[in-house]
Amino acid sequence: MKQEQIRELRTIGITKRFPGILACDSIDIDVGEHEILAIVGENGAGKTTLMNMLMGLYQPDEGKILINGRETRFRTPVDAYAAGIGMVHQHFMLVPSMTVAENVLLGMRTYQKFLRLDMAGVKRRIEEISSRYGLPVQPDAYIWQLSVGEQQRVELVKTLCLGARFLILDEPTSALTPQETDELIALLKRMSSDMSIIFISHKLAEVTALSDRVAILRQGRVVYRGSTSEKSIAQLAALMTGHEVNLPRNEGLDSCEEPVLAIDELRVRSDRGFWALDGFSLTTCKGEIVGLAGVAGNGQRELADALSGLRHVDAGSIRFLGREIANLSPRQIIEAGLGYVPEDRTTEGIVPAFSVQDNLVLKDVRAARFSRGPFLKLDAIKRNAEDLRERYDIRCASLAVPAGSLSGGNIQKVILAREIARKPAALVAVYPTRGLDLGAVEFIHARLLELKSQGTSVLLISEELDELLDLSDRIAVIYKGRILDILPAHQATRQKLGLLMAGIREVA
Amino acid sequence: MKSWFRVLYVLLIALGAAVAAIGMGAIVLAILGKDPLAVYTVILTEPLRDMFGLTEIAVRMTPLILVALGIAISFRSGILNIGAEGQIQMGVIAAAATAIFLPGLPKGLAMPLSLLAGTVAGALWAGIAGWLRARLKVSELLSTVMLNYIAAQLYGFLLRGPMIDPAELQVGSGTPQSVRLPRGAWIDRIIPGTRLHYGLVIALVAAVLVYILLWRTRWGYEMRAAGAEPKAARYGGIAVESCLIGAMVLAGAFAGLAGAVEVTGVHRRAIEGISSGYGFSGIVVALFGGLHPAGIVPSAFFFGLLLIGADMTQRIMTVPANMVLVLQGAVILSIISAKVLIADKYLFERFARSLSRRVAKRETGEHAT
Repeated sequence: MKQEQIRELRTIGITKRFPGILACDSIDIDVGEHEILAIVGENGAGKTTLMNMLMGLYQPDEGKILINGRETRFRTPVDAYAAGIGMVHQHFMLVPSMTVAENVLLGMRTYQKFLRLDMAGVKRRIEEISSRYGLPVQPDAYIWQLSVGEQQRVELVKTLCLGARFLILDEPTSALTPQETDELIALLKRMSSDMSIIFISHKLAEVTALSDRVAILRQGRVVYRGSTSEKSIAQLAALMTGHEVNLPRNEGLDSCEEPVLAIDELRVRSDRGFWALDGFSLTTCKGEIVGLAGVAGNGQRELADALSGLRHVDAGSIRFLGREIANLSPRQIIEAGLGYVPEDRTTEGIVPAFSVQDNLVLKDVRAARFSRGPFLKLDAIKRNAEDLRERYDIRCASLAVPAGSLSGGNIQKVILAREIARKPAALVAVYPTRGLDLGAVEFIHARLLELKSQGTSVLLISEELDELLDLSDRIAVIYKGRILDILPAHQATRQKLGLLMAGIREVA
Repeated sequence: MKSWFRVLYVLLIALGAAVAAIGMGAIVLAILGKDPLAVYTVILTEPLRDMFGLTEIAVRMTPLILVALGIAISFRSGILNIGAEGQIQMGVIAAAATAIFLPGLPKGLAMPLSLLAGTVAGALWAGIAGWLRARLKVSELLSTVMLNYIAAQLYGFLLRGPMIDPAELQVGSGTPQSVRLPRGAWIDRIIPGTRLHYGLVIALVAAVLVYILLWRTRWGYEMRAAGAEPKAARYGGIAVESCLIGAMVLAGAFAGLAGAVEVTGVHRRAIEGISSGYGFSGIVVALFGGLHPAGIVPSAFFFGLLLIGADMTQRIMTVPANMVLVLQGAVILSIISAKVLIADKYLFERFARSLSRRVAKRETGEHAT
């Protein structure tokens, strides 16, 4: 299996057209031996198309791929793997009900004999790889038992076991905690002594920390190529978006005058039956943004569900504007004035098959504004949508297109437009900017701050520390279903929050 | 640019599906030793030649439209009603019983009452499955199919026992059928001398009403939302469980009405086999019609044509009329496969890529020459 080391990978004038769009326009990149190249760009800039061509999923229309100076063609991903290029996708490709070794075995034909699987051989290979790169994994653990960070290690081990000597990582940190991210960056730096790495990201702090060189893509073109250390983060952001980026910040330092949402000793079960929230208490005030930091899976989803009436509350109380709302129906809670931007924007926040204009009245079809008796006021629904499209800059070919066909940022604008237009007394926003590009993030942050200034109480559940630090008045940290600590935003730092999110409480 | 491309793609798949359905039928016909082209010609043209054929198509259309409308409501709301066959039978029995046991009523009262009784019976029968699904999460596929068996047994029992025509017992022939319904309960014939009756008008009006219900009222909005994405519907404050029950009850109501119309308009007594598979054909009609009333009416016409055409081929060409079931099966398979292919974005991309490559190749080829 020993093959030639990849000393250099270079693309020359790679171009890819899809009907109606130029996804990649004459792209030149090159990665040398032991080098880490970051590829940076907003959604739709052509990063994924480019990687798919390097992986043999797409064929370039023009241009060539050179490995060690020789032109190479990948017809399928199998060709790319044979040449030693391996990719770790943003969404893990693991079977949860199988063990680590079984997952690795899935892609390894050489260990799949007729009617027999060479489990022992796979485990030997896993151990060899994991000791060589310092990637501890347990071959017999089931995937569903592992944390997100551990699953990522399994993906890496899997890719390396397949013989990858050149790694492509697609937004590898999007689901990791700050600590896990730091560990991954250290690990990748170590691994670069043995192989070259392409690192795709839009988190510029990580790009600066990790990469030697950077290629910035915008609308299918390389707009900057050079050494990472020559540019500041702000400069990189400007190059990426094509304009100066100024993420708005929360300037107010309000004191709490009027509690809006008072959660007390809440106990809620997860889908699997254990206590996802176990004595959770938190109060948010009028005109205040409370950030809830925490590693995903510590009860955030269940909290949001319980607040909006979608999950049964076993014990404790939720007082909203002085009224008990625990275990009321979703409709009653909506009518009480609680807005909710759900984590799962494509299947919960919208009905994907419904048109944009229909989605904008999802919570209000019964209101007198949009129906007379049982009959819908189609004109009013259309006018409402035209108005919101204008105000929230929702980009869609027509208001009649299915909302599911919009980009992630535009779907989020549809949801936010609907929720804010209802003038909520409190808004629960769960990971509102996850996976969105900087332009959309900027827009959404501005809207949340605007809500605050209008007196709405916002509970912002997020994993993005920068987002929490920029927007919150206070930051609470959730760990294993309880609040571990609450810090005023001006006292919070990335380090403090990172430790709290890992469950470590500083001894004062 | 991309949208016309998508339309082209969908059209191509639809064309492929049609060819596949016709082809599957042709293979079966070839195995039977018949000329597929001749058989298809008879099926598709013979019924259109005279008044008899046309009116008989319309007679078949009526229950097909009604059942398919109910199916469309239930499928759109995310609950699959496979039990229309049983719901039709409950509708027939209730309508017939109402007419028989209230013989003296004037026409203006007896007929509507019978139809109402049939509708309610179908609705209640389907409501059982709806309730089981909403409250106990019992798969409606299982419950509706099982309820079909119960309905068939109940129907057979009533026609052989309590509701049998006393004349049959006296003569001793014992055919399981009820007495003839009193005239007051009859739906009148539109053209005397044919079986075409005003039930067709009921079905067409119902199609308009279902369109209004689904796309013009908030009830329809909520039911469609519950069917399209229950998670989002629940998030939006829609009581998804109530939508499921409501949709199932409506589906059953339409099937029950189809049965009531069939017994009061065509046969005028409850007989065995009265549902003649409309409960299942209705599913095909609904799917073929895109689960939309505007598609269901022509689709019902097409399947009515197939049913009559198949009867005629049996007489003219000695091809078993059951051939129409083969065609129905082929149509279902084709529609479902086509839907999967249309929904497969990856396949669409691949198609787009191979086409753009081919176009590019031709262009460069032209430059070269």
